[in-house]
Amino acid sequence: MIPVQFYLVISTLLFFIGVFGFISRKNLIGLLMSIELILNAVNINFVAFNRYLFPNQIEGYIYSLFIIVVAAAETAVAIAIIMNVYRRMGNETVKSIKELKN
Amino acid sequence: MDYSQFLLMKPEISLALTLIVLLIADLFMGEKSKQYFQPLALVLFAAHTAINFCDCCGGSCMAGQSEAFSGMYITSNIHVFVKNMLNVGTLLVFLFSFEWNKKENKEHIAEFYLLMMATLFGMYLMISCGDFLLFYIGLETASIPMATLVALNKKRNESAEAAAKYILTAGFSSSVMLFGISLIYGSCGGSLYFCDVVKNFTAEPFQILAMIFFMAGVAFKISLVPFHLWTADTYQGAPTSVTAYLSVMSKGAAAFAFMVIMWKAFSNIDVKSTFVSWTNILWWIIVITITVGNIFAIRQKNLKRFLAFSSISQAGYIMLGLMSGTAEGMGSMVYYILVYLFTNLGAFGIISNIEDKSGKVGMDDYNGLYETNPKMAVVMMLAMFSLAGIPPFAGFWSKFFIFASAAQAGEYLLVFLALANTIISLYYYLLVVKAMFINKSDTPIATFKSDKMSLIGITVCTVGFLFLGFISQIYEQIIAWSFGI
Repeated sequence: MIPVQFYLVISTLLFFIGVFGFISRKNLIGLLMSIELILNAVNINFVAFNRYLFPNQIEGYIYSLFIIVVAAAETAVAIAIIMNVYRRMGNETVKSIKELKN
Repeated sequence: MDYSQFLLMKPEISLALTLIVLLIADLFMGEKSKQYFQPLALVLFAAHTAINFCDCCGGSCMAGQSEAFSGMYITSNIHVFVKNMLNVGTLLVFLFSFEWNKKENKEHIAEFYLLMMATLFGMYLMISCGDFLLFYIGLETASIPMATLVALNKKRNESAEAAAKYILTAGFSSSVMLFGISLIYGSCGGSLYFCDVVKNFTAEPFQILAMIFFMAGVAFKISLVPFHLWTADTYQGAPTSVTAYLSVMSKGAAAFAFMVIMWKAFSNIDVKSTFVSWTNILWWIIVITITVGNIFAIRQKNLKRFLAFSSISQAGYIMLGLMSGTAEGMGSMVYYILVYLFTNLGAFGIISNIEDKSGKVGMDDYNGLYETNPKMAVVMMLAMFSLAGIPPFAGFWSKFFIFASAAQAGEYLLVFLALANTIISLYYYLLVVKAMFINKSDTPIATFKSDKMSLIGITVCTVGFLFLGFISQIYEQIIAWSFGI
């Protein structure tokens, strides 16, 4: 059986790829995808911990299911808002949203 | 299953019923009867507020804490009190936005009310959570409708921009928080109930890491300083009533939930280093938050942005209540939020009123306001004095109690730094007063008459921040309901 550390390495990598993507992407949809990567890292963590450390519970599985559902709702709203930005500003890059400042 | 535990959820149930009734009413109301939607929503929500308020004060007080759903949902008098506070604040925001809804938001009146209430529902869950799962659900229920509210004004570029910034940072911060929660799940014995987590929380490095991830996520919501960058842009771009809601209710609920979690889940009484570990982090966060919020507020020219930075520094003051870990700490923090609610909503009420009538939000536009609208100018001045903490007003007493609670814990240096910052804050709050009373202007805001609803709201706020400090029973009652670690 694969030891639990392997899963943690994968999830940590995925987390930092997501954080790096959130900082460096130029496209708003790209930012959204980076957030999804982080959430996937979280899901891997929950499921791996549950399977290996606490096999007679289901709390981690349930939590990851909730995360998937809520993330879907959040993405739907975010996509709608980004569409609105695209309609108003003409493109959907980070540079297009810079009007608000003093 | 014991169905009587649903009775503990009275506030949630009555809010959900209000929401559903309004949703159905919106669906079946014809074009002609649409004009009655707003009064209906106001009356229903006022009834919900009144019922819960009477329930809280009318003798049906609970003894100690009660749990529902095997500890996932926790309620006690202080939880119910915070919920009532949020109800009153939301009602005030509804009053302020009445005129704006009629004029500029004609097509989306129902959405405004329904989304506000959905957000409030999320805050309720967040306040009385006993488990990280319910906390997460409450947080997201509060922040996803919030983003749509920020984007409500579809025709303005700023609104779209502010909403994009809000939803992306909210999503990022909650995913970072979730990563922390997943590490907590693995390292604290495989349970997410606060009472189980705290037994296994022994301040090992891995657990501290998880806790920091979690704190970072929540600090985004309260806009504490390293995580505050979205605040000013979102506050400026959102419709003004939504900004008022965001700056008071959303911040107060998140701060209360943060305190409960830090005390219940991360403060193991048997291992003293657990408490020390997070108070040390919070010490620095408070100092930076107050200072940065104050320094950046000085150079703001837009009043909404100005109040955004002022609310960042106020969030730092609110966090002082966490440092002691005693019932006084919790009580003074709840009292601070209560006073801050009336004061800040009073200021926002005037700003939104003036913006409705003249479309101006710049600080220079307020020059000579005293000549044309003396009553508005005086109320705004009193609100600024109360925010700065000048003695007779409620803002002074709330600051006094929260400093006292931190000093009790021996944090003298922190209290001194916060006090020094109060002086800086006095400077920029007085800038607004100077603009209104001393500066002359060739084109001042014309004299106008406000609508009845905003007048009622502003009066309630003014009475609140003028007299709340003198009614000491309120503070004593809050302290009596509070609990420590």
